[in-house]
Amino acid sequence: MGSGSSAPFALELRGVSKSFGLIRANKNINLQIQPGSIHGIIGENGAGKSTLMNIVYGMHERDEGDILVGGQAVDIRSSADAIRHGIGMVHQHFMLVPTFTVVENVMLGSEAGSLLREGREAARARVTELSESYNLAVDPDARVSELNVGQRQRVEIIKALKGGANILILDEPTGVLTPQEAAQLFEILKVLRDRGVAVLLITHKLAEIMEITDAVDIMRHGEIVGHRKTADTSPAELAELMVGRKVLLEVARSEATPGQVQLSARGLGYKNNQGVIELEDISFDLRAGEILGVAGVSGNGQTQLMEVLAGMRHLTSGAVEILGTQITPASVTTPRIIRDLGVGHIPEDRHKHGLVLQFEARENMILGQHDRDLAGTGALLDPKRIDENCQEKMRDFDVRPASPGHRAKNFSGGNQQKIVIAREFSTGPSILLVGQPTRGVDVGAIEAIHNQLQALKAEGCAILLVSVELDEIISLSDRIMVLCDGKNVGIVTRAKADRQTLGLMMAGQRQEALSA
Amino acid sequence: MADFLFQLLLTFDGTLRIATPLILCAMAGIFAERSGVIDISLEGKLLTGAFVAAAVAFISGSAWLGVAAAILASVTLSLIHGFACITHKGNQVVSGVAINILASGLTVVVGIALFQRGGQTPTLPRDVRFKPLEWIGVESVEAIPVLGAIYSQLISGHNVLVYIALLAVPLTGFILYRTRFGLRLRAVGEVPEAVDSAGISVTWLRYRALIVGGVFCGIAGAYLSVAQGGNFVRDMSAGKGYIALAAVIFGNWKPMMALIACLMFGFLEAATSRLQGVDLPLVGELPTQLMLALPYVLTVLLLAGFIGKPTPPAAIGEPYIK
Amino acid sequence: MSSPVPPLPRWADLFLLPLINLMAALFVCGLVVLLIGENPIEALGVMVKGAFVYPGGLGYTLYYTTNFIFTGLAVATAFHALLFNIGGEGQAYVAGLGAALAAFAVSAAPAIVAIPFAILGAALAGAIWGVIPGYLQAKRGSHIVITTIMFNFIAASIMVWLLAGPMLEPGQQSPQSVKLPEASYLPKLHDLLGLIGAKTTATPLNVSFLLALISLGVFWILIWRTRLGYAIRAVGHNPEAAHYAGINVARTIIIAMAIAGAFAGLLATNEIVGVSHRVILNYTAGYGFTGIAVALMGRNHPIGIFLAALLFGALYQGGAELDFEFKSITREMVLLIQGMIILFSGALAYMFNAPLSRLIARVSAPKEMARG
Repeated sequence: MGSGSSAPFALELRGVSKSFGLIRANKNINLQIQPGSIHGIIGENGAGKSTLMNIVYGMHERDEGDILVGGQAVDIRSSADAIRHGIGMVHQHFMLVPTFTVVENVMLGSEAGSLLREGREAARARVTELSESYNLAVDPDARVSELNVGQRQRVEIIKALKGGANILILDEPTGVLTPQEAAQLFEILKVLRDRGVAVLLITHKLAEIMEITDAVDIMRHGEIVGHRKTADTSPAELAELMVGRKVLLEVARSEATPGQVQLSARGLGYKNNQGVIELEDISFDLRAGEILGVAGVSGNGQTQLMEVLAGMRHLTSGAVEILGTQITPASVTTPRIIRDLGVGHIPEDRHKHGLVLQFEARENMILGQHDRDLAGTGALLDPKRIDENCQEKMRDFDVRPASPGHRAKNFSGGNQQKIVIAREFSTGPSILLVGQPTRGVDVGAIEAIHNQLQALKAEGCAILLVSVELDEIISLSDRIMVLCDGKNVGIVTRAKADRQTLGLMMAGQRQEALSA
Repeated sequence: MADFLFQLLLTFDGTLRIATPLILCAMAGIFAERSGVIDISLEGKLLTGAFVAAAVAFISGSAWLGVAAAILASVTLSLIHGFACITHKGNQVVSGVAINILASGLTVVVGIALFQRGGQTPTLPRDVRFKPLEWIGVESVEAIPVLGAIYSQLISGHNVLVYIALLAVPLTGFILYRTRFGLRLRAVGEVPEAVDSAGISVTWLRYRALIVGGVFCGIAGAYLSVAQGGNFVRDMSAGKGYIALAAVIFGNWKPMMALIACLMFGFLEAATSRLQGVDLPLVGELPTQLMLALPYVLTVLLLAGFIGKPTPPAAIGEPYIK
Repeated sequence: MSSPVPPLPRWADLFLLPLINLMAALFVCGLVVLLIGENPIEALGVMVKGAFVYPGGLGYTLYYTTNFIFTGLAVATAFHALLFNIGGEGQAYVAGLGAALAAFAVSAAPAIVAIPFAILGAALAGAIWGVIPGYLQAKRGSHIVITTIMFNFIAASIMVWLLAGPMLEPGQQSPQSVKLPEASYLPKLHDLLGLIGAKTTATPLNVSFLLALISLGVFWILIWRTRLGYAIRAVGHNPEAAHYAGINVARTIIIAMAIAGAFAGLLATNEIVGVSHRVILNYTAGYGFTGIAVALMGRNHPIGIFLAALLFGALYQGGAELDFEFKSITREMVLLIQGMIILFSGALAYMFNAPLSRLIARVSAPKEMARG
């Protein structure tokens, strides 16, 4: 492998492959990570990044290939093996027991004896030591359920470092952070790098790669398609490698000709069953023929806002007027009632809400309309009508394969999304609520979906767009509302919306404060 | 008044006898469920334990060998449960139902094959049963009013398995909250991914939890047929495993609370049988059959959130799939 | 290291796999018979003869089958809404009360009124006993498995109290109710066949069997051809998507449990209205639990449920024959088989899946290569 440097690689993969059933998640992966560096792995959702890292960390077993740590071939079959070889990982979904304290979470797996008493003090000392030396402030005796997301991530990093890991993997660590919190995290990573730790940063965000990494590997469809020194590459080149062809980072968008107000929220608030306030005092108008984007770090109330407007949750204060119908905490709303007003809803998570994966495509094509004439007569369903309805929509929206009898789970992500879009578009909604329209969708389909949204807007539909992809929001929206901590931080027009401004707003700084 | 106190004492005494198998099974249930595995099969393990204990005690002439065999049989069922729903990620409720039906069939089939008594085992001679243990000084304090009676009736005079059951509760608490195994056990029932990513085997941890539960159920079974009774009678567990499960829920998956629930259910039953046919002032004769449904009714009310709200382990019922 | 598992072909998934699971269950039970010192093949022969060959055997088999169709449907209906209904036993038990009360309510009426009344009474009582756990699950979040188990015991306590007290037939020692009015008795099939000149052995088989067959058809239409069935399946597969789609999830759960309970309740038409004509202590005899095995084996599909119910009907009738033919094996053997079937085709349903699909892939691969 003729590497020029004298020191062996901190981590090296040779020919690693992994399949799930018939899906090949990783194909012949070769990867070399230098010690004391920050190494990025970038790729679209579903490119196989997380699978690869779970293999390195022993959560998945590879089918073939070799893993070398510090130049030595090692056999990693479980996370215990990985930990033993000095590999630590911060998972995308935190691996913390909410009912335990920080110390208990940290000591799990390294208790230093069969009785807890022996290990507890040592673990507490280790937490204090690590949090001081890496600036990871956290109370060792706090219950994890009481910590916020940023603090939980610090606990995860302490866990990963507790045994003296010299390889640290972070899987999409900034998805739940504000830009400012992310900057803090990056400072910590730089300290780690300077102390000789090999940091692997898994992300789908170009900006992060450019900002912090020393080298980057690009993944597409389960393969490594390129390796670059960060200093020698550009976002445009990385984007092209990620998607396999030149990407238009701008969408051809039509100008808005806003019509009358279709939806108007006034002081809207939502408190969940546990009594936590998730939306507070949100006011905005949505007009016919415009796209209002909703930006924010994920988990700041976007989901709740969408679901309240769609009738899936019930607002607890304020009011919303939807197409002339006033909805208050006292009124009865269900998704059924909202739909009947003329609202379409493309949910954020199509697997959770938008589709019944075990249902056939034709059954999914009537989801939400199964009690309409479209689906049958009286109490009975009409199989023939259901099938024809599906064939027609599959044709119109280019769903492939166009087989109504296929189960939804057997379609690709993009085609699943097209099924949802076809269904929600075809009712001719006056208002469309759109959540993460292109999540896990390949690039060809992304363009089609963006164009369809533009066309619907041109027809006069009022569209509310929620997306974690700031670029998508910026390129599609006419106006952008930013949510932080369940509050409306402000609404800016597209002309005034740049990443810097939106980033600060996402961190909770009000627009007026910014302009002042 | 003295008579009433004596009656009350006898009722408490009966409570303890009735609660013993419940306590052991409840501790078994806590181990299984705290690890994230629903254990409906407490009933089947209890029944199998009772049969095997009686059969082996009769054949070998040793009560302790009976207990050992009961533990072995009960643990075997635990392993089947684990094989189905840990190794093969099958539905935990289905597996539990299967084991319960299996147990009710197997005990009778084997019982008839061994003893030809319609599913019963022969009555054990007195010396192969567990006898009440007389505590020191019982005779000398018996004469002391109230306290003497409490000491001689309630504290002393039970068989060794009753004391084992009572010790099982602090033991369970100690294991759960003070040991490495307990920490991991509680973690695996809440967030198995966290345990896996810490380099601990989820599978082996859950198996161990079920095995410990098997041991407790085996002892409980032996109590039914070798200590409380003198032989095995078909279906002699009579839903006690399910009541224990109810006690686990009632106790919010905590050992001390579950003990209190077991004693409460035991007291209800003991009091019911004492009051059978007794004409009480004001209320008249109690419908005792209906009284026996009280533990179930109370559990339903609890689950429905009418009396507090139980919080089960977060990962319960979910097979762990990476 | 694990290699990818190709998906199982549909025919193998629907027929071969259940068959293999059944064989595995029978094999283990055969081993037990062998250990006891009897010949398992001989025992199986006795059971088959008892179930189908001896005079009246088939009639009894179908009579048991009727019970298992009802309780199997009770479990399957709930399963489609992702609800585990362990409460078939209790639902069927209180349905006996419902049938009896309905029959007494119209004690002077002719059969044409009395019979439908008794059937509806049974279904209604079963539905009530199913709907309460359904309501508690849907509205209060109580785990339906635990609630239905508790409801089985509550039903048992209530019925013991009623049968030993208020409903006890005067002068009777064993707890059982007075006889139902004669107009409500269901015709026996051998009597009906006698009317058209066919002479058959007298068995308890009655028109409930036809009701069971109709129920299978109703079940199929309900689940796959009605808007309600669509809602039930949507809730079962993905309750959140169902909520998104405007389906009232709580109401659908409650309705599904009502229907499930009603199916279980129909057991009383066979046992009480059809045969014993009175409510007897523990008359449900575990049929409700067997329904779990029937639904699991039958894959919650009416054809599968019919075949599985027939299998268990044969096992119950054939199992009874074991008592006469063998000294050391008895009808409880059937419980063992039943437990094994639930274990293999329920909890271990997919144990044979991966090896089988690899085998099929290997066998069929050369052919495809030759073709390609």
